[in-house]
Amino acid sequence: MFDDRSPIYRQIAERIKADVLSGTLRGDEQVMSTNQYAAFYRINPATAAKAFQQLVDEGVLYKKRGIGMFVSPEAPEVLRAGRRERFFTDVVDPMVAEARAIGIPLGEVIGRIEELEGR
Amino acid sequence: MRIDVRDLVLRYGETTALDGLTFTLESGKIYGLLGRNGSGKSSLTSVLAAFRRQTSGEALVDGRPVFENADLTRRIGLVRDEGEAITIGTVEDALYFAEGLRPNWDAGYARSLLETFGIPPKANVKAMSKGQRSALGVVVGLASRTPLTMFDEAHLGMDVPSRQAFHDALLADYMAHPRTFVLASHLIEEAAPLFEEVLIIDRGRLVVQEDAGTLLSRGVSVTGPVARVDAFTAGLTVLGARDLGPTRSAMVYGDLDDTRRREAAEAGLELGPVAMQELFVHLTGGPR
Repeated sequence: MFDDRSPIYRQIAERIKADVLSGTLRGDEQVMSTNQYAAFYRINPATAAKAFQQLVDEGVLYKKRGIGMFVSPEAPEVLRAGRRERFFTDVVDPMVAEARAIGIPLGEVIGRIEELEGR
Repeated sequence: MRIDVRDLVLRYGETTALDGLTFTLESGKIYGLLGRNGSGKSSLTSVLAAFRRQTSGEALVDGRPVFENADLTRRIGLVRDEGEAITIGTVEDALYFAEGLRPNWDAGYARSLLETFGIPPKANVKAMSKGQRSALGVVVGLASRTPLTMFDEAHLGMDVPSRQAFHDALLADYMAHPRTFVLASHLIEEAAPLFEEVLIIDRGRLVVQEDAGTLLSRGVSVTGPVARVDAFTAGLTVLGARDLGPTRSAMVYGDLDDTRRREAAEAGLELGPVAMQELFVHLTGGPR
C-alpha cells in the first residue's frame, strides 16, 4: 500500500467492499448496475465498470451474463483474509511509528492492548 | 460516429488555428476536448460539424469527408457557447426547426428537458437570459440524439444547478442511447468525471490523447524536503514545482511503478494525486 491516490473507481470499489464486510451486501445478492453507479456519482459508466472489473478480479463479485453483478458467497471471507494479511503493515506499524514519534513508550502501548484484551 | 482527423490545418488569413492535427475518436465514447483560449478547440469542432472547411488535411466522420455532406451533417450536432442559435421566434419554433432537421429527434424528451431547465415553451428566444439560451441549446443538442454530438462551452451562462442538471441529463441519455459526445469545457474539474477519454490541444496541435483514468494516474505530486524531492525526481518529467520554505512539491508526469513508490515512502516523501485541471495547466505551458 504505497499508493495513496484515490481515483473514483477505487473509492467505489472500497465502498462495495465495506458493504460486503458489514453484511449490508450478502452473498449472491445483486449489486446496483454500472449505470446506476454512474448516475449516482455523476461519472462516466466506463469508470464505474472499472470498479466492478477490479472487484471481479479480486473475487468479490461475479457476473451473470445478461443479468448483472452479484456478490460472491466467499467474498466476506476473501476480504477478511486480505485485511488480516495487511493488518500489521497497515495498522500496527503506523501505530508504532506514531507512538515513537510522539514519545509514548511501547510498553505503555502493550499495556493498553492487554487492558483492552482483558475487558 | 467515428472520427478520423489527418494532418488537419485551418488558417484564417495569417492565423493558423489548426496546425496539423491527427487523431481518431472511436464511436460511442464521451470525449473531453480541453484547450486554452485560442488553442483551436472551436475551430476543430466547427470543422467536424462542417461549419467551416479546412485549409488542408482530412476530417472524416464514419470514413467520409464531412464538408457539404448533408447525409452526415444532419447526424452531427454542435452546440456552441451562444446557446440556441435560432433566435427568430419562440422556444417552440426553435424545437420545430430542430425536429425538421434531425432524423432522430425526440419531441417528448425535448419537452421533459424544457421542464428540467425551467424554460417556458412560449418564451421569445431573443428575450431569454444567457443562461436560459444556453440551456435551450443543451435541450436541442440532447433531444436531437445526433450520433455525434458536440458541446463547445455550451454551459456558458448556466448556473451550478443547471450545469448539474445538464451533466445528469447527458449521462442518463448517453447510457440509454449510446453515442459519441465531444465536450469542450473550461470548467475542467466539473466536467472531468464525465470523460472516458481526453484530448488536450494547444496552439492548434495535439498535446495529449489519453484515457481519462490513465491521464490522471500519470500525474503525481511529490512532496518533501527540497533536496530529497530533487533527488527523487531527477530524470523524471517534472511539470512544475512549488516551494513552501524548506518543502517542495513537484508535479511529475509519468508512470511510477511500485518500486519507485516504495523508494519515495522510504525517503519520507509524500505522493499525492494531481487534479486534471493542474495537469492541463502544466501540459499547456503554464500561464502566458
